[in-house]
Amino acid sequence: MFPPLPNPPVQPMPAKFGEQDLVRRSASNVAPPARQLTQMAKLIDTSKCIGCKACQAACLEWNDLREEVGFNHGVLDNPLDLTPSSLTVMRFSEWINPETQNLEWLIRKDGCMHCADPGCLKACPAPGAIVQYSNGIVDFDHDKCIGCGYCIKGCPFNIPRISKVDNKAYKCTLCSDRVAVGQGPACAKACPTQAIVFGTKEEMKQHAEDRIKDLKSRGFVNAGLYDPPGVGGTHVMYVLHHADKPEIYANLPKDPRISPIVEVWKGVTKYAGMVAIGAFAAVGFLHHLISGPNRVSDEDEQNAERLTGGGS
Amino acid sequence: MTNSWTDIKNTDLVVIMGGNAAEAHPCGFKWVTEAKANRGARLIVIDPRFTRSASVADVYAPIRQGTDIAFLLGVIKYCIDNDKVQWDYTKSFTNAPYIVKEGFAFQDGLFTGYDEARRDYNRSTWEYELGPDGYVVVDATLQNPRCVWNLLKQHVSIYTPEMVERICGTPKDKFLKVAQMISETSSPTRTMTSMYALGWTQHSKGSQNIRAMAMLQLILGNIGVRGGGMNALRGHSNIQGLTDIGLMSNLIPGYLTIPTEKEATFNAYMSTRGFKPLRPDQMSYWQNYKKFFVSFLKSMWGDAATAENDFAYDYLPKLDVPGYDVLRAFDMMHQGKLNGYFCQGFNPLLSFPNRKKVTSALSKLKFLVVMDPLQTETARFWENHGDHNDVETSKIQTEVIELPTTCFAEDTGSLVNSGRWLQWHWAGGTPPGEAKHDTWIMAQIYMRLKALYQKEGGAVPEPIVNLSWSYKDPNEPSPDELAKELNGAALEDITDPNDPTKVLIAKGKQLPGFAAMRDDGKTNGACWIYSGSYTEAGNQMARRDNSDQDETGAFSKWAWSWPANRRILYNRASADINGKAWDPSRKLIEWDGTKWSGYDVPDIAPGAKPGVVGPFIMNPEGTARLFTRGMMRDGPFPAHYEPFESPVVNVTAPKVRGNPAARVFRGDMEQFGNAKEFPFAATSYRLTEHFHFWTKHAQINASLQPEFFVEISEQLAKEKNIQSGAWVRVWSQRGSVKAKAVVTKRIVPLTCDGKTVHIVGIPLHWGFTGAARKGFGPNSLTPYVGDANIETPEYKAFLVDIEPIAGPVA
Repeated sequence: MFPPLPNPPVQPMPAKFGEQDLVRRSASNVAPPARQLTQMAKLIDTSKCIGCKACQAACLEWNDLREEVGFNHGVLDNPLDLTPSSLTVMRFSEWINPETQNLEWLIRKDGCMHCADPGCLKACPAPGAIVQYSNGIVDFDHDKCIGCGYCIKGCPFNIPRISKVDNKAYKCTLCSDRVAVGQGPACAKACPTQAIVFGTKEEMKQHAEDRIKDLKSRGFVNAGLYDPPGVGGTHVMYVLHHADKPEIYANLPKDPRISPIVEVWKGVTKYAGMVAIGAFAAVGFLHHLISGPNRVSDEDEQNAERLTGGGS
Repeated sequence: MTNSWTDIKNTDLVVIMGGNAAEAHPCGFKWVTEAKANRGARLIVIDPRFTRSASVADVYAPIRQGTDIAFLLGVIKYCIDNDKVQWDYTKSFTNAPYIVKEGFAFQDGLFTGYDEARRDYNRSTWEYELGPDGYVVVDATLQNPRCVWNLLKQHVSIYTPEMVERICGTPKDKFLKVAQMISETSSPTRTMTSMYALGWTQHSKGSQNIRAMAMLQLILGNIGVRGGGMNALRGHSNIQGLTDIGLMSNLIPGYLTIPTEKEATFNAYMSTRGFKPLRPDQMSYWQNYKKFFVSFLKSMWGDAATAENDFAYDYLPKLDVPGYDVLRAFDMMHQGKLNGYFCQGFNPLLSFPNRKKVTSALSKLKFLVVMDPLQTETARFWENHGDHNDVETSKIQTEVIELPTTCFAEDTGSLVNSGRWLQWHWAGGTPPGEAKHDTWIMAQIYMRLKALYQKEGGAVPEPIVNLSWSYKDPNEPSPDELAKELNGAALEDITDPNDPTKVLIAKGKQLPGFAAMRDDGKTNGACWIYSGSYTEAGNQMARRDNSDQDETGAFSKWAWSWPANRRILYNRASADINGKAWDPSRKLIEWDGTKWSGYDVPDIAPGAKPGVVGPFIMNPEGTARLFTRGMMRDGPFPAHYEPFESPVVNVTAPKVRGNPAARVFRGDMEQFGNAKEFPFAATSYRLTEHFHFWTKHAQINASLQPEFFVEISEQLAKEKNIQSGAWVRVWSQRGSVKAKAVVTKRIVPLTCDGKTVHIVGIPLHWGFTGAARKGFGPNSLTPYVGDANIETPEYKAFLVDIEPIAGPVA
């Protein structure tokens, strides 16, 4: 059994990390932190998951969210997709293994992967609305969110959802509030079979190794760890029976990467762009002094929409 | 459970059949996960549906519902044919070598002595041959053709892999794979655990389903050992406690039985409960019956129970029928013969079969009292909810009284889990509104009844007015007082039989265990198996030490397990005939030359010599029974019978419909459907998102699985032109429901006796109250018939038809 984290003390304790541990901040810069926190991670073992949805319930409970009572859509998944309230959902896939002709019912807990190289953060134009701590947690600061939805475009896993109530983006925080006081995420605490465990990223990789060995002994020759390098690795990882085919797990991307548009827009070109912006700003100011305020044409607007992949 | 949840981690092979542990017992299922990690255990799931348990199984085999006995007897045959029997265990610890009376036989699907008119057997030939010494005749060589082993061999001979495939629809290669894996546990160093639940009990031959697996486990030597056992997964957190405490019409606490009207006197009652040993020098534990029974009577009636009045034996009700089980009670209600009903923590409108009959029965009551923490459908049975409860309210005269009670988190007390652990818990919240503890309500009713009887007299007032009620606050007995009463105390000084001057237990002290109980009225104790749970050392159920010496999984200092804090029943059988552990890596108790000791409380007298006293001391034989003599109504061996509603005839006995010994009330037989009109084999089950009809009242659970659905295969969907997520109507001879269709690869049509059998899966969590969408339960469709022995309704196998419909107008 993976040793469970002890319960927290009842008296209040100071948060173990905070503002001073930020390594990234959307649309702004942070000074490199004075210390490096241990990298944390959640490991989701699809081969131990029984799809009980205790994680979904625990997530709603802990975050004091409620999902609406919906409908049956001909599947056991409910709600059908992530929502601003359901920050995690179980996705059920019925897959016939072509080699054995046996049915395999693949159940994957979906939610934020907490990428080391977070596409949402890179795409976010609102300063400080998305932050990354040196322990790997990617968190949203809703006070600063402008609801533009660029984070969704930036996310290679299609995770954040915009609330129709307050027009802000929501996703799993890896229970940063719990982790800050030495606890694991609520979903891991609730999971009855330890299909979700939480610890340092190194511990999780080690635990995954043991699990993969066990799965190989049961005939799953392609069992492996999902920690995709295309996003610098993730702080939510999966043990998959068929790591060579992540797409059979409800379209888990095989080689997730941040959209090139975001990369181009916010990546290497950003710094060159900033130089250019500086120069243009000076020129622009002069131009403004000489010619008066600028007007945005429809064509400019359309170009901007196309550039961000938005519109429609 | 013979073992415990935590012990499952010790197994090499988990077989989930007749249950769906991952779905219905997700928290306990962690021990299966643990066994896989701990010992590389393998998991086999055998189920009509590819379940959540199957999703993490190493091997899944489909089976048609209601054919488990054919499958299991097929595995027994496989083990015998392939010499995969733990011979030393089978020969010494079971009744395999015992000789059965001449005259016993099985032919055309019937055992000797069948009386068709009574749907019952004369069981006189289902018995051992007794020698002149009164002991059973034994042939240790197993050569005698009438020994149990040879009768068993003959009985299972028809269940070839081909026959199993023909009856069960399980492809032969899958069956052989499962049989081979199971048979490997005949090694003394390999073991298998059987995890089952209502998938086995809810059949007209439910008890025999379990018997079949118990027999298999015995010949493999898997009973009494760590990681083995017959492990019934109980469906409510305290349903084990319910049966322990005797909340059945034919039981009193501790599995003692209510007298029948033929047992008019105490002596007549005791005369059939002597349990004389059937083998020389055997310990027959039930010979202590009188001590437990008298202590119970003393708890009930205190000083009014004296030796002179046979400890108030006359106060006990006497049964005129085998039992007033729920089917009989509702049938009587339906006939107008029962006109008041107390419904405490139960939702019969959705829980009992043939809902139309249940509604009609409730409508005939004069009064219905519902004690429940939730607004149940039963309390609202008279309310019209359109399709979902289509009643004419004005025609129902039943007076309904709702008494809101507390839920488990608002109570202090103990819950007994599947592993027989009595775990004390403390109230976590205060009751809302007018909700009261059940004990308070019961006490109020009792106090008022007593006052009425005292004032007015009436017929037989003694059992009520003399009831022992010495609680500090008679208006609300405390959980501690009630628990102490179950444990029992000395009513006078208990002295050493060899030295009367030596006081063993002083008057007024709690008993240390049931061994201290007396048959002379000097002790009380309402439930002998709970004796030891609340002693002078305090409340043992409240123990919270989770240390586990050598990680055996026993956790002996956590809570308290009945009987005597024993964690694994029959643990004497974990050691060989000489008292050495069969498997040194799974040592439990061993004989050290003078006594038994080890990790668990020995299930045998500590000084009982190996080779002399058999391990199964609750049986007068001292051995476990492959052949149950006359103790089960429907046969000493399990035999394959089809469900009462089956898509195919019984190929082993075409003339026999259903279980020939199952009771069928007048009018219900006519309401059984046939395969021509109702071609599809339906089954009912729980889903992990919900707990029965409770959690639909909780918003979060309701959102996780909001709406009633039925599950069908892609093939049936195509045949019937049903779209996944669209509406269907499902109906049986007894009723009709509307549901969303879930079309899935997890259900596949089976081929049984050359015929394609489609399965329709119907989960049970919806009604017309609560936070989830209004829906139906499977009980609108299911037949009114129960298991031949204990009357658990046949919910798991019945016939329906299905068609696509337009959805309801929003």
